[in-house]
Amino acid sequence: MIFPSTPSQTVGPYFAIGLPWDAGPHAVPPGAPGAIAIIGTVYDGAGEPVPDYLIETWQADGDGRFADLHGHGGVSQLEGFRGFARCGHEDGDGSYEIITVKPGAVPWLGGGVQAPHIDVTVLARGMLQRCVTRIYFADEGEANAVDPVLATVPAGRRETLIAEPTDDGYRFDIRLQGPGETVFFDV
Amino acid sequence: MKEHTTRIYDPVSDTPTSYARDPEGTHPPLDYPPYKSTALRYPKQPLIYLPQTITEITGPQLYSALGTGELDHDLTRQHEGEPIGERIKVSGRVFDTEGKPLRDTLVEIWQANAAGRYLHRWDRWPAPLDPNFSGAGRCVTDDDGGYSFVTIKPGPYPWGNHYNAWRPAHIHFSLLGRAFAQRLVTQMYFPGDPMFPYDPIFNSVPDEEARQRMVSRFSIHGSEPNWALSYQFDIYLRGPGATPFEDAP
Ligand SMILES: [Fe+3]
Repeated sequence: MIFPSTPSQTVGPYFAIGLPWDAGPHAVPPGAPGAIAIIGTVYDGAGEPVPDYLIETWQADGDGRFADLHGHGGVSQLEGFRGFARCGHEDGDGSYEIITVKPGAVPWLGGGVQAPHIDVTVLARGMLQRCVTRIYFADEGEANAVDPVLATVPAGRRETLIAEPTDDGYRFDIRLQGPGETVFFDV
Repeated sequence: MKEHTTRIYDPVSDTPTSYARDPEGTHPPLDYPPYKSTALRYPKQPLIYLPQTITEITGPQLYSALGTGELDHDLTRQHEGEPIGERIKVSGRVFDTEGKPLRDTLVEIWQANAAGRYLHRWDRWPAPLDPNFSGAGRCVTDDDGGYSFVTIKPGPYPWGNHYNAWRPAHIHFSLLGRAFAQRLVTQMYFPGDPMFPYDPIFNSVPDEEARQRMVSRFSIHGSEPNWALSYQFDIYLRGPGATPFEDAP
């Protein structure tokens, strides 16, 4: 017996009433060893920053393990590691910042590995479903070159998935539409 | 009445290795001109098929991080006094599409007050704010996948999408599910709302039956005499799918 799914609806303009919380942007506790900041801006099809968006990230720790209770792949041993971050503001300027650690490589289906990556959900007013993208890292050139997901992305668009190093982490901008449009995935 | 299984997810042994993709028409398209804000916010390039890997089939156990408080589920008791409006109970169960209840899943809601006004600085329509109502709640599903909120019935409200545009009364719902692939944000509506035919957000869901799955059910039996009316809203998240290899396009 199959029960059909409940449909998706937009998160709307007022999600800040209910969804963000103070520690939300922290996938690791403050001061965790190896903590980095990932910053970026979300742009719309006119190139304007989107003020009312919510992003969520999900990732493995540096050893490639998740803060997941299903028993998939062994649970992260990193103290206080949540692996999940949520960032959105009532009066945002389009920019976000999450505090996390750089993920390690994780398994690919039936063997092999994927390059370090972070899954990202983007929600906003004007988006009737979430959009999903992935953050990869510019300083993982070798791993990225053989990553089975990046291999399915047209070469000219792969750079939209690559975060560039900054002083204390990485920058990953998201373009919902238009020139340099970020690659989004059907999950 | 369809039968749900009585088995619940075991966190370790019931771990799907992929989640089924929903049939056409279940979810709204990203590009939907009647909802004007979609125009600059939908990707024009086709989505790229992502096989579900360990990153997509794992998910956060956020409830422990948020530490849901005792009153988080009761939106009528978060302030000194009681909010104005029609006190209601909103409850239901969270299942996957195989009918298995999902326990320990975070359910977050937010809504307008009885006058249709949100406690948000961008909401400027001239309806009164209620000092006794913030409009946000959260709870975690129990062993049967059940959740329950006490709140007041939100009012409809106007918005700028088109001339004389009004949203049917609704409560926003956010569900994390047990995996990144199960994440769902939706809205719960009330039965028989006269604004349904005119609302592009409700009607963005192509399939009529799918739309009806967003409409809660009034329950006289769930209602508490001399206290609160009951609306029931069951939520279905994607269930186990074929193995990732079979599922590939
Ligand atoms: Fe709303």
